[in-house]
Amino acid sequence: MKNILTIIKKQLKDTLKNKTVLIQFVLFPIITLVMENAVHIESMPEHFFSKLFSVMYIGMAPLSVAASIIAEEKEKNTLRVLVMADIKPHQYLIGVGIYIWMICMIGAGVIATGLDPKDIPFYLLVMGVGFLISILAGACVGVCARDQMMATSLYMPVMMACSFMPMLAMFNEKIKSVAGIFYTQQLRELLDRMSFEGMETRGAAILMVNMLLVIVLFFVMFKRKGLE
Amino acid sequence: MIQCSGVRKKYADKEVLKGIDLDIPSGRIFGLLGPSGAGKTTLIRIITGQQGADSGRVRVLDKEVGELSGKDKKQFGIMMDQFGLYERLSCIDNLKIFADVYGVPYRRIKDILELVGLADAAKKPASALSKGMRARLCLARVFMHAPGIIFLDEPTSGLDPQTARSVHKLILEKKESGCTIFLTTHNMEEASSLCDTVALLNEGTIVEEGTPGEICRKYNHQKKIKLHLASGEDMELEHEKSSAEEIARLLEEGRIETIHSSEPNLETVFLELTGRKLEEDA
Repeated sequence: MKNILTIIKKQLKDTLKNKTVLIQFVLFPIITLVMENAVHIESMPEHFFSKLFSVMYIGMAPLSVAASIIAEEKEKNTLRVLVMADIKPHQYLIGVGIYIWMICMIGAGVIATGLDPKDIPFYLLVMGVGFLISILAGACVGVCARDQMMATSLYMPVMMACSFMPMLAMFNEKIKSVAGIFYTQQLRELLDRMSFEGMETRGAAILMVNMLLVIVLFFVMFKRKGLE
Repeated sequence: MIQCSGVRKKYADKEVLKGIDLDIPSGRIFGLLGPSGAGKTTLIRIITGQQGADSGRVRVLDKEVGELSGKDKKQFGIMMDQFGLYERLSCIDNLKIFADVYGVPYRRIKDILELVGLADAAKKPASALSKGMRARLCLARVFMHAPGIIFLDEPTSGLDPQTARSVHKLILEKKESGCTIFLTTHNMEEASSLCDTVALLNEGTIVEEGTPGEICRKYNHQKKIKLHLASGEDMELEHEKSSAEEIARLLEEGRIETIHSSEPNLETVFLELTGRKLEEDA
């Protein structure tokens, strides 16, 4: 536990000095607040921007940040130094995961300030699940990549698909049918309803499959590559 | 303290360690000398348990290396050839991470930074430090938890002579305090001045082992005495009784400017044994 807390503490300090990561964390909450308050169009669904950007937040920030952090530590040899100091790989990964999840949840909390108070617990639950899947996907990329450049080229297509598909699905039925296989689209639909009511078995199954897929992928990658 | 017997390691088709035998007693500085690619870093990784050997035994702290607990490994201080610093964090914050890991009180960080001469740069981010300062910050990290065994992989590689000397001083201070130090280098001067014993590693095999003095004397085939006279002339005399009178006469006449015996250094011994230079590129 002490080692996990050390990793979280280290990441918190580093975030304040790492503009790239900091921007990923604060960009969507700020854009959401600005758009929700500045743009009012008739017939626009309630909390349109909050829901739209929340899904993009899920698909982008945790995935890219998790991949970047792990890949950077591998590239700069800091991860090797931590492991030599007897920080176990699982302690490191849990520490990084908790840190990203916590910061993203704070971001989600900021976005939630514009929602109906009664919807906030459900909203945060959906966001929490989404962040968890994205963090695992990002960790897969981080474990797999040798360095940050490789990580960027690996996570970019996944991130684009996860975050933009749900938005494009609003305008095109064909894209919507493809987007349906992504967890972000299923979460988007949950956020639109703000309730589990009306959720189809198919949707729940897709969410489960997405989660199982990243978990299995993560363990396969970790077993094959470790943190070297 | 550290024992290796028959350690072998292969990467793809290349065998990088071909049966290494070592026995390093506690409280000594052991130097592993060899050119780049000789297998020095691989051996450190195997001894510290970062990597397994294909065959052979490694015992550290009277245990098989695979059986070392986390507590045992915390007795290690390891500085590898790449620095592994958190670039955006200050020197203090870099050390605080490891103070947390090792359970060292934060007040010790200031003392350690003073010890390595980085007290004035304590709040500077690691990215703003020179190469020498970064090396010293790594040493500070190694020394922070008072380890029993210190592994230093090319600790002064690329450093200016003054910084290298200050690093040597710190290493000797650690030896005085009872640490066992295992260092790799391809700098024969460093090995001669620091190490109690050295092993010469070439293409995965230890070709010679002993104290630097013993090794140099063993390969002193020439046995010549070299004189440089005040007139600018150089002379070479045989290292035997008959030369004594000649040297005494020259000394009486005040004609000798410098006088040296012709023992080889570790570099020339290595060259003789392997046909390679210690500092040549791999």
